[in-house]
Amino acid sequence: MTTTPEIALAPSKGRHSLALAAGLVLVGLHVGIAILTLFWLPYDPAAMAGGRLEAPSWLHWVGTDRLGRDLFTQLMIGSRIALLVGTGAVAIGAVIGVTLGLLAAFASKWLDDALAATLDILIAFPTLLIAMLVVAASDTASLGSAIIALGVALSAIVARLTRILAKRVLVMDYITAARTSGTSWWGIVVLHVLPNIWPTLSVNFALQFGLAVIAEASLSYLGLGAPPPNASWGRLLQEAQGTVYTAPIGALAPGLALLSLVIGVNLTADGLRDTIDPTRRR
Amino acid sequence: MSEPLLDIENLTVRAGEATLVSKLSLRIERGERVGLIGESGSGKSLTALAATGLLPAGLTAEGSVLLSGQQVIGAPDRQLNGVRGTAAAIVFQEPLTALDPLMRVGRQIAEPLARRARRDGETLSRGRLRQAVLSLIDEVALPTPERTARAYPHELSGGQRQRVAIAMALACRPDLLIADEPTTALDVTTQAEILRLLDRLVRERDMALLFISHDLPVVANTVERVVVLQRGVAVEQGPTQTVFAEPGHEYTKSLLAAARAFDAALEGRA
Amino acid sequence: MVSFRCRRYHDRDHSRGTRTILAYTIRRTAILIVSLLIAATVLFVLLRLLPGDPANALVGVGATQEQIAAARAQVGSDQPLQVQFVTFLGNIARLDLGTSFVSRAPVLAEIGNRMSVTLPLTLFGFLLALIIAVPLGIIAAVRSERWYGAAISVVSQLGIAIPVFWVGILLVWVFAISLRWLPSGGFPLRGWSDWREAAIGMVLPAVTIGVVMGASLLRYVRAATLDVLGNDFLRTARALGSSFPEALLRHGVRNGAVPVVSILGIELASTFLGAVVIERVFSLPGLGSMLLLAIQQRDYPNVQGVLFVSTLLVLVIGFVADLLQRFIDPRLRSRGSVAP
Repeated sequence: MTTTPEIALAPSKGRHSLALAAGLVLVGLHVGIAILTLFWLPYDPAAMAGGRLEAPSWLHWVGTDRLGRDLFTQLMIGSRIALLVGTGAVAIGAVIGVTLGLLAAFASKWLDDALAATLDILIAFPTLLIAMLVVAASDTASLGSAIIALGVALSAIVARLTRILAKRVLVMDYITAARTSGTSWWGIVVLHVLPNIWPTLSVNFALQFGLAVIAEASLSYLGLGAPPPNASWGRLLQEAQGTVYTAPIGALAPGLALLSLVIGVNLTADGLRDTIDPTRRR
Repeated sequence: MSEPLLDIENLTVRAGEATLVSKLSLRIERGERVGLIGESGSGKSLTALAATGLLPAGLTAEGSVLLSGQQVIGAPDRQLNGVRGTAAAIVFQEPLTALDPLMRVGRQIAEPLARRARRDGETLSRGRLRQAVLSLIDEVALPTPERTARAYPHELSGGQRQRVAIAMALACRPDLLIADEPTTALDVTTQAEILRLLDRLVRERDMALLFISHDLPVVANTVERVVVLQRGVAVEQGPTQTVFAEPGHEYTKSLLAAARAFDAALEGRA
Repeated sequence: MVSFRCRRYHDRDHSRGTRTILAYTIRRTAILIVSLLIAATVLFVLLRLLPGDPANALVGVGATQEQIAAARAQVGSDQPLQVQFVTFLGNIARLDLGTSFVSRAPVLAEIGNRMSVTLPLTLFGFLLALIIAVPLGIIAAVRSERWYGAAISVVSQLGIAIPVFWVGILLVWVFAISLRWLPSGGFPLRGWSDWREAAIGMVLPAVTIGVVMGASLLRYVRAATLDVLGNDFLRTARALGSSFPEALLRHGVRNGAVPVVSILGIELASTFLGAVVIERVFSLPGLGSMLLLAIQQRDYPNVQGVLFVSTLLVLVIGFVADLLQRFIDPRLRSRGSVAP
């Protein structure tokens, strides 16, 4: 079983909250941009608004791509797509995973062992490769299929974690107390199990968010994602690779955007982890 | 008159703003048995750690601690390494975590044995070392020394592990044995056996003993002199019988009253 | 005065240890085989679920009915599903992964070829990751208050947030295109026979993987070191006269290695998947490019073959890591169950 090790950025509490604040700022920035794109964009993402591979200027803050399309607009759209991928994949993974994990925790020993073994096998699957296959095979709605494929992959890990956490909670004395006072199993789940496993799970979700975004970027980079104007950052990187010498900004900007979002989410997760469970040893 | 084994004078231990031990003075001569009693948080264990220079990071010690004539406070590890084990050895409270879980018990006993031999200028052949380990295991009343030596800590019970810890401490042939709540983590029957073992070993080897505990009856039967700690301050010192029969300080009185109330409940009195 | 109560102490059987290891290995191997079967089944189902008839891929668009029927017979998709499944399993057991639709070459042979690129890349990258992670992780733990200790922790945060292929692109930009020290990609046609060129072609990709994986692995080393430093048995050793470095070496290293070894299996599998993506950055003819091509060309046997071999590899790595863990940590040996 892997628990992500606690890696606080700094020992003192003051710097902890600084990390959390920085994380929230970064995430907020991307969320803000994503919402903005629903109403307004600086340029039409499909239009050739300038010359090819122009350097950053006042007109085009990050320059233009190899077809002359404004790069900053595409970055903004990338934010929206990345957030969609992250939340979508994690949500799917959470719903499926928590359900399966709880089932396993409550199941009889035999069934539970079988489920645990199955989960281990599923986790062993090379998810990125299978995601490649799934996405390629359903090339019409490639973003949707990517989200689903990644979500299913994440769900196995969530299920395993949920199972372990729930089992730990179920042997606690307060569960026995609740049972003897007449609470139904369903009530136990909602009132006791879920609230207790939620903190650890949510930190896990936050970290998986970053993984999902990076995985989708890898898929797009390999050419399995949608082309502009609905391009994700990975796709932008793929298009920029060939011209990295003449126009390095095209390869730097999408990567930095990705990095900023994932770091923001990770910092927030780490910051939350320490507020949620102050008894954790550094 | 030889110098005292352990000479603590005005020891103060701080953690940042908080003072955990305040101006503690304590002296232990060769062969003496002294008890350090107090509630949890009174600074008893910290005193033992400070005496050997093993305070965790973040805690500072002031004052003077002379262990076998060597000043401990402020001394570099290089100097303290030589004194640790030879002058004083510690048996800790929690035997499960105090032993290396990945190493067989025999090897863990052999390590301080070999080290002490080296310090004395002897070289122990492997056979002699093995014999010494086995006889130590036997001395702490563990069964089947051969088998026990090959066991891992998690294969032994709590009481057996504590005996191993005692054997390791004995292997150093220390002048002073510091027992930091050695029986607190054990059940009552095992407690009694470990205490009897400690008592016998200390007498047989003519070691000094610093026995740290919160459990008054346990201390009463084991040591000659007692120091009572309240929140890091020594509020009373004296021969065991005297302190227990006629306690001078309020705190000592309340400790004794609590212990007696418990005894009374056990015997069925109100 | 020896306590006669000694005799009642539970006399544990220590010879049980060796017997348990053997029994466990056998049981674990059985689980591995079952896992492989399940994996093969899932793959089978997955491929059949995808839209499109493999027979169409074989003959292309605009084929006549007879051609399609002939293709179906060849591929076997005219048989009922159960028969297909059994044939599939039988083939796998005989290591017959079929022949490519496109090149008509046996899949296994092609995979073997590609492995000669992907495997060394994975191993070099992983080795580099270890070389980076272990010392830096230890420093980050031991000197966490100093600036460089904290800096290392920050850098490792970057490591898990950064996409591996982006680092590859940047390294290509700096070292290949700007500085021209190393090639920007490619692998000699004759493979490792041109070993000098092959090795040079491996440098940048391996460094890319090594740096990113190293930053990721670093977290675990740091956590393990912190854990060890807080352990009581170090204190016991020092209390009995051991110097700090001596105690660390004798007791700390092995105890610290236990949680790290358990993660190594997963990280190695991760490295393997990362290598597959990296091959695209550096135009390496490895397993990754084979899969991509096969997917685009609807070359089902190739796709199936690569996916199966990859899963096999990951499962075997997990198997070895599990056994290694049991070997190192005697506490795990007495327990019978496999599931946590």
